[in-house]
Amino acid sequence: MSTATIANQPVVPEEIQSFTVTLIIRRFNPEVDDEPHWEDFDVQLYPTDRVLDALHKIKWEQDGSLTFRRSCAHGICGSDAMRINGRNRLACKTLMKDLDVTKPIYVEAIKGLPLEKDLIVDMEPFFDSFKAVQPFLVAKSTPVDGKERQQSVAQRARFDDTTKCILCAACTSSCPVFWTDGQYFGPAAIVNAHRFIFDSRDENAAVRLDILNDKEGVWRCRTTFNCTDACPRGIQVTQAIAEVKQAIMRGKA
Amino acid sequence: MTSTIEAPRSPYTRSAKKRGLNWEKWGWIYMRVSGVVLIVLIFGHLFVNLMLGEGVSALNFAFVAGKLASPFWQTWDVLMLWLALIHGGNGMRTLVNDYATSRISRGILKVAILLSVVSLIVLGTLVVYTFDACPAGSPADLLPAVCSTL
Repeated sequence: MSTATIANQPVVPEEIQSFTVTLIIRRFNPEVDDEPHWEDFDVQLYPTDRVLDALHKIKWEQDGSLTFRRSCAHGICGSDAMRINGRNRLACKTLMKDLDVTKPIYVEAIKGLPLEKDLIVDMEPFFDSFKAVQPFLVAKSTPVDGKERQQSVAQRARFDDTTKCILCAACTSSCPVFWTDGQYFGPAAIVNAHRFIFDSRDENAAVRLDILNDKEGVWRCRTTFNCTDACPRGIQVTQAIAEVKQAIMRGKA
Repeated sequence: MTSTIEAPRSPYTRSAKKRGLNWEKWGWIYMRVSGVVLIVLIFGHLFVNLMLGEGVSALNFAFVAGKLASPFWQTWDVLMLWLALIHGGNGMRTLVNDYATSRISRGILKVAILLSVVSLIVLGTLVVYTFDACPAGSPADLLPAVCSTL
C-alpha cells in the first residue's frame, strides 16, 4: 500500500539552483575615457546560462551603457567573439557550468584589432585581409554539360573543414603574430583561402597561393595552435595553414 | 570627443609583390631542413664527446686536437657551425620582424644579427680548418704534452 501512495504522488521537478556570478568586464567609452578600465558586476545565473545571457542581464537590468555585438545568439553569425577568462570564445556558446563560477569571470574585447567601445573592436583590418585572398569561386570555363559544376564526395570532403568558418575573428585575434605584426593575413584569411584553393571547381588557386606566398603570408605562421584552440566551429586551423604551405611548396593546389 | 584605441602593432605596410627568389619561403624550408639535420649532428656530437669510450673524463686538449685533425670531424663541426648559426640567426630575424616596431630599430637589429652570424661563421671555420695543435718552431714548454709523442 505504502509504495502505491508514493508512486501516485505528483512528480515535483527538482529546483535548479541559481548562483551569483561576478563578471569583470573591460570597459572603454571613447567619449569619456582615455584608457580602458575593469568594472565588475554581480549577476544571478543558472548553470545553463551562457556568458551572453550574463551580458544581457547586465545590459538590461544594471547598466544599459554596456556595449557588445551579438546577432543570432546561437553560434552561427560570429558577432560575439570575445576574450573570456583569457581565451577567445563566442559568448553565446560558453556555458556557466563550463566555467569556474567560484572565481570572477573576466570578459574583454578580442585583441589585436582597434578597440572602439567596451567589447566592440573595429573589424575592418580583419575583413581587409579576408578580402585580399579572393574568398569567392573563380571559374572561367563553361561546365561540361553547360549546367552545373559537379563534384565528387571526396572532392567536396577535401575542403569541408574550412567551409565552417563564420568569420568571428576568434582565431585571428588569438594569434600572437597577428597581435604584433600589422600586416600578417591571419588564420581566418588563410582558412578562407584554403576553402577555395582546394575546391575542385575553382580555377584561381595559383593566384591565391601567390598572394599567401607573400612576406606577410603563410610563412609568418609559427604553429602555436592558438587559432585551433580558439575556433568555435572546431576547424583545424593550424592544419589548414600547413596544407596551404605544402601547396605553395609544391607549386600547386 | 571620440577616439578609438589603436592596436599596438607595427605600422609598416605590405610591400608590393616582388619577382624572383622568395626568401620567406626558402627561410621557412631552411629552418625545417636544418633543424632535422642539426638534431643528428648535435646529438651525435654529444654522444661521441660525452658517452663513448671513457665518457666525459676523456675530454681534454688532446681529445679536441685529435678530433680537429680528422677530416671527418672537421666536416661535421663546420656543418654544425654553419647550420646552427644560420638557423639561430634566421630565428632571431623572425623575432625582430615580429616585435621591433620602427623601421630603424628593425634595421639596426637585423644588421647586428647578420654581423654576429657572419663573424662567428668566419672565425669558427677558420679555427676548424687552420687549427694546429703543435705549431712548428714553438718553444717546447708552451706546447701540450701530446706533441712530444708525435
